[in-house]
Amino acid sequence: MKFDEIKTILGKKTVGIAGAGGLGSNCAVALARVGTGTIVVADFDVVSESNLNRQYYFHDQIGMPKTVALSENIRRINPRVNVISHNVHLTADNIPAIFSQCDVIVEAFDSAEQKEILIGTVLKDFPEKPLVIGLGMAGWGKNDLIHCRRVDNMFICGDEVSEIGPELPPIAPRVGMVANMQANVVLELLLPQSLQ
Amino acid sequence: MNITLNNNPETFEMEKLTVSSLLQVKNFTFKMLIIKVNGVLVSKDAYETAWVNDGDDVTVLHLISGG
Repeated sequence: MKFDEIKTILGKKTVGIAGAGGLGSNCAVALARVGTGTIVVADFDVVSESNLNRQYYFHDQIGMPKTVALSENIRRINPRVNVISHNVHLTADNIPAIFSQCDVIVEAFDSAEQKEILIGTVLKDFPEKPLVIGLGMAGWGKNDLIHCRRVDNMFICGDEVSEIGPELPPIAPRVGMVANMQANVVLELLLPQSLQ
Repeated sequence: MNITLNNNPETFEMEKLTVSSLLQVKNFTFKMLIIKVNGVLVSKDAYETAWVNDGDDVTVLHLISGG
């Protein structure tokens, strides 16, 4: 399938990304590059210097809300992408309204608590929507542990064991791998399989 | 009872178990979990009352921080 055909198909799709940190920002950029029509992104956080070791932001964006910085970065990469950003803290109450129009939802939160809320709400309110989860990406090396596993409409990307901690920080290479794996799963879900 | 747990066949002495008992028996101590029985989400407040029966397909997803 030629890239022009891929762009045409993706241009009609809407992808939701919950969280604009290490996973969310990198996943959003990958999806923007391939021409996703609309990207809905939600995060309440602000860019800080410590984010730059893995998140798709720049030094001169420190202090900006992540949704604003990410929208700007996407605009510079592919101005055709429609970015709908929500500078909010996601809860079980606002998640349905924010993501109801999305064809696929990407779970890109940092804390296990937030992951639980997002996954639980999507499974309860939109059980038919594909949900691409990022789980376990701390540290470095161990490429072969990173996988994608399907459970019903959940697609779990990561190694499912490497939890972040003071001695095991999340850093660009491995976080980027999982974020791009999530974007790759989104493409599998949105592009017709028979044409590959 | 024979069930499938996270894609693996498992056997338990009891005829049926509540979700919370299953977690205890399996020593699943992680606090953040997503649990589905036969494709349906079981919410946290239902762990004590939701039953797992012979032949059920159970998913217990351990959520860890990072992302």
